[in-house]
Amino acid sequence: MQKILLSNSARNTRNGFLFALPWIIGFICLSIYPLAASFYYGFTEFNPVTAPKWVGLANYTAVLNDKLVYKSLMNTLFMAFVSTPVNLLVALLLATVVTRKFRQRGFVRTIFFLPCIIPTIAATMVWIWMFDASYGYINNVLGWFGIHGPAWLMDMRYTKPALLLMGSWSTGTAMLVCMAALEEVPISYYESAEIDGVGPLSRFFHITLPSIAHVLVYQAILNFINAFQYFQQVYIITNASTGAGAGAGYASGGPGNSILMYPLYIFHNAFSFLKMGRASAMAWLLFIVVSLLTMVMIKVTKRATQNAGVE
Amino acid sequence: MKKGRLFNKGFLKKKITAVIFFAVVVVLCIIFFSPFLIMLTTAFKTNKDAFTLPVQLLPRKLVFQNFPKAIQTIPYWKYMGNTVFITLFSVLGQLIVTPMVAYSLAKIKWRGSKIISGLLLATMMIPFTVTMIPLYRIYSKLHLTNTYVPLILPNFFGKAFYIIVVRQFFAGVPNSIMEASRIDGANELQRYVFIALPLCRPALVTVGIYAFLDAWSDYLAPLIYISNPSKLTLSLGLQQFLSQYTVDWSLLMAASLIFVIPVIVFFLFFQRYFVQGIATSGLKA
Repeated sequence: MQKILLSNSARNTRNGFLFALPWIIGFICLSIYPLAASFYYGFTEFNPVTAPKWVGLANYTAVLNDKLVYKSLMNTLFMAFVSTPVNLLVALLLATVVTRKFRQRGFVRTIFFLPCIIPTIAATMVWIWMFDASYGYINNVLGWFGIHGPAWLMDMRYTKPALLLMGSWSTGTAMLVCMAALEEVPISYYESAEIDGVGPLSRFFHITLPSIAHVLVYQAILNFINAFQYFQQVYIITNASTGAGAGAGYASGGPGNSILMYPLYIFHNAFSFLKMGRASAMAWLLFIVVSLLTMVMIKVTKRATQNAGVE
Repeated sequence: MKKGRLFNKGFLKKKITAVIFFAVVVVLCIIFFSPFLIMLTTAFKTNKDAFTLPVQLLPRKLVFQNFPKAIQTIPYWKYMGNTVFITLFSVLGQLIVTPMVAYSLAKIKWRGSKIISGLLLATMMIPFTVTMIPLYRIYSKLHLTNTYVPLILPNFFGKAFYIIVVRQFFAGVPNSIMEASRIDGANELQRYVFIALPLCRPALVTVGIYAFLDAWSDYLAPLIYISNPSKLTLSLGLQQFLSQYTVDWSLLMAASLIFVIPVIVFFLFFQRYFVQGIATSGLKA
């Protein structure tokens, strides 16, 4: 009997391992090896055709003396810390709308979610066109209200608001998650609060918000991590304004480098300047910053949700 | 008498909130739909019409030439074919591997499953820029750049997000069913193929849709690995409209429209699974 049980657990281990094997191989080849290699490359100098040559800390000192590194890091931090609350607020607003029961609800939800599935390249193209200073629709709509709109993507003061606008257009995924959370809040809470004469605003802050806090936190962390990977949109926008040929030796970061995001600068270092060692050093710095910030964020929000009495 | 007035007051208040709510919904819908509308209407304008002031939403004259012209400006069908090829194999890879790994984590009791579940979440935090350069180096050493291998192969290793979605689904399958078939003498592979897999069909559809969208709109991987003009994908091909000095926006919007329509049709078909998948995975992870 004992023997059979033992062999059962051994068989389970073998089966489990075999079923998970594709992912394990992928994990080693696509995550662990590249992480280690990237760390090593940070201390070397090479381009796509040469072999890595050990240069010690030269890349790191070069990176720390590069003004554009700080600029791009600040731009990225801005996106992380500003886009996260903005996107969450928009998602929450949309979710509140589609949680109400009305006849066209499914249709409205589709409209709100649709932007999320549009390929980024196509979405970014339309937005570039909409942001056009004189022929764009946004400035024309603003014109109806007597507002003279800025040259959005050409004006360094307005490039980041433009990115925020683009980002909040595609918060459909967060909306769906918030919606599912909102629908799980027991209606009896609201009913008893209403009987006690609690106003709608205070109902929102005392019932709704605490009940869905864990979901909001999860979405915030996801958004935060994504903000550090913000690349495609700025790559397309900056390429559009400088022409695709301007790649070699020149990092295009929009007007005044105002939308030169850290990943974009890494990409330019690697594939435009062909400084792959330096790009690896930059990438590792990013990895450290993201891991630290994410851990802090998980810790802080955990305490916050516990204080709010959730879970 | 008194009762009737009270009723009316409440009725009026309800009516007013309903009207305000309706107005908010309409405005939000217009805002969220307008980029699609602009893509659509610009695609049917002449380029001269697109650049007239004051801007008009509707084309003054409906033109259809933008579509054939857009298709001739870049090798459109070639790029579309490449994109379809890559997408098909990517979806196939994800559909084979994702449920296998998810099954191992949800339904087989073994010590490694806990470790792997943890690592799965951790990989979602690795920025692509960290792994980008070593991966590029591997593929270029193996002379696999300018082939579709770097775009397709990773899909045969599974992706953390999909695995988590399907694992959640497997977790909901009652253990009693699995136990019953174990007693009947089915081995692990038989239990997986004949019992677990058919039960998780909705989750597989969800993964299929995600994988389709991911592969169809992938931009970074082809950007890094593909430079041969005849091997480009549509997402890169669209960029070619921007590399000229003046952009013909009506052509570009026509090209984008053809690129986007399959995605929208696909989505409208499978919307139900989408909403389900996102809502459940977002709540429990």
